[in-house]
Amino acid sequence: MMALSKKILEQEPGDIELLLPWHAAGTLSARDARRVEEALASDPDLARQYAVIREEYAETIDLNESLGAPSVRAIQNLFAAIDAEPAQEARTSFNLSARISSFFASLSPRALAWSAGVGAVVLLLQAGVIGAVLIQGANYQMASLSTGEHEVVEQAPPRALVRFAADARMADITALLDTYQASIIGGAKGGMFRLQFGDKPVTEQEATNLLNRLQGEKIVSLAVATP
Amino acid sequence: MQVLYGRHHVRVFRFGLRLVRDEQVAEDLISEVFLDVWRQAGKFEGRSAVSTWLLAITRFKALSALRRRKDVELKDEAAEAIEDTSDDPEVAVQKKDTGQVLRKCLTALSQDHREIIDLVYYHEKSVEEVAEIVGIPENTVKTRLFYARKKLAELLKAAGVERGWP
Repeated sequence: MMALSKKILEQEPGDIELLLPWHAAGTLSARDARRVEEALASDPDLARQYAVIREEYAETIDLNESLGAPSVRAIQNLFAAIDAEPAQEARTSFNLSARISSFFASLSPRALAWSAGVGAVVLLLQAGVIGAVLIQGANYQMASLSTGEHEVVEQAPPRALVRFAADARMADITALLDTYQASIIGGAKGGMFRLQFGDKPVTEQEATNLLNRLQGEKIVSLAVATP
Repeated sequence: MQVLYGRHHVRVFRFGLRLVRDEQVAEDLISEVFLDVWRQAGKFEGRSAVSTWLLAITRFKALSALRRRKDVELKDEAAEAIEDTSDDPEVAVQKKDTGQVLRKCLTALSQDHREIIDLVYYHEKSVEEVAEIVGIPENTVKTRLFYARKKLAELLKAAGVERGWP
């Protein structure tokens, strides 16, 4: 019986030995990493095991990287499901107010007093910023009126309904969105995504050029302007 | 949502695929995961990294999908054929490609062992984060990975690869 428990104890891994995989992945705390480094320097068996772990680590990454990425079908399904969801504003604002209430409820009176003081300073700063914005806004509006370009200022950034090629990968789509500074603002009804390009209005000619350029992309099978 | 998806969907997909071993199911899984995130964004309290939160949801959904699937063993065999078209371990050993044998043996591990190895090595999760994703104590995380590695060594040995450990 004694011999058996001694054998079991000998097979039990040590504390440092158990941490070796995290050391290989670089996710240990500085203190634990130091402990492991010291043990590795003085224990050849542990160092041998660590070499094996480094190999496992590299091959696990290789294996996962070889799995590729999901097709565009996944994001189409996601946006179709999001479109089918009921509006979220009410639920979100409820959660937000509930969380704010519980946050203040959790504060001690001393913390609350400090918060009130800080809050007053923030309010003053906010008032200053709002004032500055209002003054700038007034100047801007006057300038717009004087040059007769008020309509251009009111226009939205260009938008388009886009259908991606069936074999388009997510990585390609993300790269395209980056290149065009575009964001998906709706979709995927009938497989079409509603994209917005940048956040500033452009001239009609610029919008046409953008659409033509987009239509020429390999992963875009259809692009049409939309309000 | 678009930024979150762009940043995390590939890793979420790969984690899901390693669990369910079926590309179609894994793609459905990521749509479900991000839809859940859309619905529950207000519940995310920021106590852990977003990727940890996403992997925990993915794991939960993958296990539910596996439970729903009655023909899981059949699918496993079919998926293994899709997932890895490389040589059998013995053939690879003859060709002296130990990396290939190792990858083959990594796919042959049990689901518990696969997920812990992936979480630590590929997703670079700490002991605490793995405990949170898998829902087990931190000490169990450490010993489970140790035994997953032991099992891997056994599979390698059976395929003719000796690495000097254990």
